Amino acid sequence: MGKRGRMSQEVNAGSMADIAFLLLIFFLVTTTIASDKGIMNILPPKQDPNEPPPEVDLNERNIFKISVNLNDQYFIEDEVRQNIDGLSDEVKRFILNFGNPDEDAVALFNSLPPSLRGMAEQSPESSDHPMSGGAVISIKTNRGTSYEKYLEVLDEVKKAYFEIYGERVGLTGEEYRTLSGQTAAEKELMDRGKENIPMAISIAEPDKIGN
Amino acid sequence: MSKFKKKTKAETNIPTSALPDIIFMLLFFFMVTTVLREQEILVEQKIPQATQLQKIQKKTLISYLYVGQPKNTSLYGSEPRIQANDVLINTSDIVLWVNQQKDNLSEAERDQIWISLKADRDVKMGPISDIQFELREADARKLMYASVGRVENN
Repeated sequence: MGKRGRMSQEVNAGSMADIAFLLLIFFLVTTTIASDKGIMNILPPKQDPNEPPPEVDLNERNIFKISVNLNDQYFIEDEVRQNIDGLSDEVKRFILNFGNPDEDAVALFNSLPPSLRGMAEQSPESSDHPMSGGAVISIKTNRGTSYEKYLEVLDEVKKAYFEIYGERVGLTGEEYRTLSGQTAAEKELMDRGKENIPMAISIAEPDKIGN
Repeated sequence: MSKFKKKTKAETNIPTSALPDIIFMLLFFFMVTTVLREQEILVEQKIPQATQLQKIQKKTLISYLYVGQPKNTSLYGSEPRIQANDVLINTSDIVLWVNQQKDNLSEAERDQIWISLKADRDVKMGPISDIQFELREADARKLMYASVGRVENN
């Protein structure tokens, strides 16, 4: 009796590893690590065919034109480029130019941290102010432009905005971008970052033919 | 002599009792990260790289559109096609598809739907802009260009 009791106390766990291995291999094979990440974009509302699109009077200087043609060549402000290194800095300087600010824009300017205020060149050829209707980034493509190049450009422009937003609230662009907005504190940071500086990225309908 | 014999016998036993624990740990990791593929992807998917990625918090709000060259070119041709759920659809079917996806969501969440566009990097802008046009028609204006992270080298 006593001997039997002592023997059954030891459970044979040797095959446990085999079972676990089998399951492990199953999950290894079926796994695709979820990647629900991407560049967010809000499309404009649909156009009513009976109503022409609202005429927006924007001065040439208030539009930062980026276009990519069907040979994947960049035209930035009518200038041919081979690559887009440093584009995000140019976009940042364009947004924060404050060339011709009105009263609200001056108030906005004064609320910015010194590092961003230092970027204001107040050039009369660049944007008036970063508030709505003041500085627009226009991205134009051709139907033959590759999707990859388009995303590259959009990526750079987004980077410029996130860096501005982040700097306003004392974060880096990357930290600002990864805010989830799920807690009240994070939401407040997000709102404070983008307050009065809307992400004005206009994605134009692509051209049908060459160039 | 007998001393040596005893020693060699003791060395042969390697304790393997911690092995199941290690394996279980790995197992749990993969179980947690696993997303079971519920559909077969019929188009090429080389997701482009980008740096400014954001995440959507509520996964139930996301619907996926796959765009790329069909894998089976003899059957579907070599022009980029759109895959929704598990079938290839035409651009004109997108509005219908979006409405079906919206019906799957609760009333309050219906206009918060996100479309994740998983497009191959070799697709041209033509089909992409057609899709965007249809999505505007369907009033599903929150679009995410699915991309994978790239390490910035500066």
